[in-house]
Amino acid sequence: MFESLSDRLDGIVKRLRGKGRLTEADVDVVMKEIRTALLDADVNVTVVRSVCNRIREKAIGAARSQSLDPGQQVVKAVHDELTRILGGETLKISYASKPPTVVLMAGLQGSGKTTNSAKLAAWFKAQGRQPLLVGADLQRPAAVEQLRTLGRQIDVPVYSEPSDPVSTASRGLEEAKRLGRDVLIVDTAGRLSIDAEMMEQVRQISVAVEPDYTFLVIDAMTGQDAVQTAEAFHATLQIDGVILSKLDGDARGGAALSVKEVIGRPIAFASTGEKLDAFEQFHPDRMSGRILGMGDMLTLIEQAEKAFEKEQAEEAAAKLMEGEFTLDDFLEQMQQIKKMGSLGSLLGMMPGMPKELKGAKIDDDDLKPIEAIIRSMTPEERRSPNIINGSRRTRIADGSGTTVGDVNRLVKQFGDMQKMMKKMGLAGRPGKGGKKGKKGRGGRPGAGMPDLAALPGLGAPGAPGLPGFPPSR
Amino acid sequence: MEWIFLVLAVLVIAFGVAVVLVNRRRSAPPTPTERRPVEPPVPPPEPGSGGTTLEEAPPVEVAEVVEAPVEVAPVSLRDRLAKARAALSGAFGGILGRTGITDESWDELEEALLRADVGVGLTDQLLDDLRARVRSGEVTDPGQLLQALQDDMRARLAGADRSLAYVEGDGPNVWMFVGVNGVGKTTTIGKLGYQQVQSGRTVLMAAGDTFRAAAAEQLATWAERSGAELVRGAEGGDPSSVVFDGVERAAARGIDLVLADTAGRLHTKTNLMEELRKVRRVAEKGSGRVTETLLVVDATTGQNGLAQAREFGEATQVTGIVVTKLDGSAKGGVVFAIETEFGIPVKLVGVGETIGDLVPFDPDEFVSALFDQ
Repeated sequence: MFESLSDRLDGIVKRLRGKGRLTEADVDVVMKEIRTALLDADVNVTVVRSVCNRIREKAIGAARSQSLDPGQQVVKAVHDELTRILGGETLKISYASKPPTVVLMAGLQGSGKTTNSAKLAAWFKAQGRQPLLVGADLQRPAAVEQLRTLGRQIDVPVYSEPSDPVSTASRGLEEAKRLGRDVLIVDTAGRLSIDAEMMEQVRQISVAVEPDYTFLVIDAMTGQDAVQTAEAFHATLQIDGVILSKLDGDARGGAALSVKEVIGRPIAFASTGEKLDAFEQFHPDRMSGRILGMGDMLTLIEQAEKAFEKEQAEEAAAKLMEGEFTLDDFLEQMQQIKKMGSLGSLLGMMPGMPKELKGAKIDDDDLKPIEAIIRSMTPEERRSPNIINGSRRTRIADGSGTTVGDVNRLVKQFGDMQKMMKKMGLAGRPGKGGKKGKKGRGGRPGAGMPDLAALPGLGAPGAPGLPGFPPSR
Repeated sequence: MEWIFLVLAVLVIAFGVAVVLVNRRRSAPPTPTERRPVEPPVPPPEPGSGGTTLEEAPPVEVAEVVEAPVEVAPVSLRDRLAKARAALSGAFGGILGRTGITDESWDELEEALLRADVGVGLTDQLLDDLRARVRSGEVTDPGQLLQALQDDMRARLAGADRSLAYVEGDGPNVWMFVGVNGVGKTTTIGKLGYQQVQSGRTVLMAAGDTFRAAAAEQLATWAERSGAELVRGAEGGDPSSVVFDGVERAAARGIDLVLADTAGRLHTKTNLMEELRKVRRVAEKGSGRVTETLLVVDATTGQNGLAQAREFGEATQVTGIVVTKLDGSAKGGVVFAIETEFGIPVKLVGVGETIGDLVPFDPDEFVSALFDQ
């Protein structure tokens, strides 16, 4: 998603760090890189210009002041600027005192309105509401049929009639009142912002249903046009928030930055996968942390809490520290983690992950051989893998459809991890005289996080090493 | 206690990922001694199995079924882009309004190219060339500057074969459509199918998008409108078997052309890209041959379009680009970048919602449209 942007900024940041003095020429070089990074990420040209001007002023100021670490100040300027652009509160949905709360969905063709209407309905349902979907896209063949199918999947009723979009929408509103549904979501046809006739139609729909929230659905892969589109829709409809769709790809999401900056409305929701529950409220502050390479810890924690069973996890953690963490425990934890979401998306949220790992395409299927190997072991072998000898290895390999080499590697890496954890467990306890972690334990919330660089197994030949978490900035 | 969950999560994930990566590295050049999970060969699905059904649209009804007035004569891209021109002429008007070439001229030129989604790398290249020519005295006034830029861009698009490949002979031609979600694959097939039927070919549409709800219904509507046959499968079914059935059906009935729809997918999803590879393979299992694989790109797409072209190209040997929604305010400059970088020609342009609104890509018009005043 935002990886490339954060990678490039990271690179710039690294180069500046530790530079004693900064000349204006240095600033120029850095500014060019920042500008390229932002443009490559599809941030709008106008936004890039204003952002760069502000960063530049601060940077030049830093260069002139001959302060101790001007590089650090430039870095800070970049961070501040990005945080300011993305920053702000998460949009809080307040419900109409007289139900239903009406939501109008608008956007270009193919931005994902129909899918996101259903996802939004599912989200409202999870909040304990009773939504009704209205299919007012009578333009695209089978759009209403698509909405009905999705409605069935999430068990939300869908209203539509083959008349015209405006009367469909207002009848839908009546229907919601009649049925006592407290949220109404109106899906509309995709339209180009320069199509005056179609824009007038959506305005009329808006007048007819008087939405409490009008959401503009924007494809995360959109380029420079995102701003123009958002401005045009905002002028016609008074947009309350943006739903950013298809955020699970590798689009750098510059459109997100730009739209927020230009129309001053927050990104309310983000759609992060094809499944109907892959939809979440957008947290700008978390996202800026993610861009800045600090990871999206809060979301990770939230998901972990949802997925892990607390007692089990505490038990496992205790074992981990004692060095008694077995392959069985590992397997169990892996199942829990699978509940948190796809491995790829979790990796993206982790702070300080090296580029190689973030860029690596990890499918959950890739974990299957690991699982198969462990499952092919006897309980005893899982408890103490060191009893695994040649014939056991062959049996395990055959049983799991892998090779003896695969089994060997897994056992070895697991052993390394265990050793490392033992060390850490000792280090974590004052008075036991263990070695202190060398770095990466600075005042971050969740201090005591393991320094992954110390994990020998991960530095195995051929594998990219995992450096420790960056020191808090 | 939160951090305990995190430590666990981080460790287990990191460990899992590391193992995966190590294994992948090691098996990169597969040695004969190493057993790798081999994908079982794809058995050609039995025609009619896998829940596919054949639907025929009686061609006689076409005239009545078509709801929108059919524009048969292809509209000019330039006309369609007229609406979008105002913004651009502003930028270039500024350049032409000056007596000489100033720093502002360069800034405005750069901004116009960037705004059109041409991309920062290519924009730098184009402008660096121009700067050299200005320095050497070859280009001296603003009019020449704009002209030189246009010529340069046209030259980069010159010489590509933009025709849709069709091979006469036994067995149907298969044109496959791929792309990310929501770019307009199904609509493009509908329009193209109509045009191909009009030009005298018999056409079958294979509803290979078995994922998106009601995608097959959408294609069915288009098949009806254009007088093409339709083969569809069960929702959630195997797309390759639908396409295979489509090809076999076309072969049995002597149909010339199979237009194979596929579900939109993000190019980062390896399993879905693998599925697409399989569809491509299976389409040629029987008597059909894939003569075009068209990547559909939305004109609003930004620099991510390059990643799309790279990944889809690698998975399915893309032979051409279709750029859709070029009638909006987006300039579609990323397809210029795609063609320049990957050498994949842009073949078709979608410029509206009616059935006739799909026209051959004309590079001169495309560049002119960017520079019209």
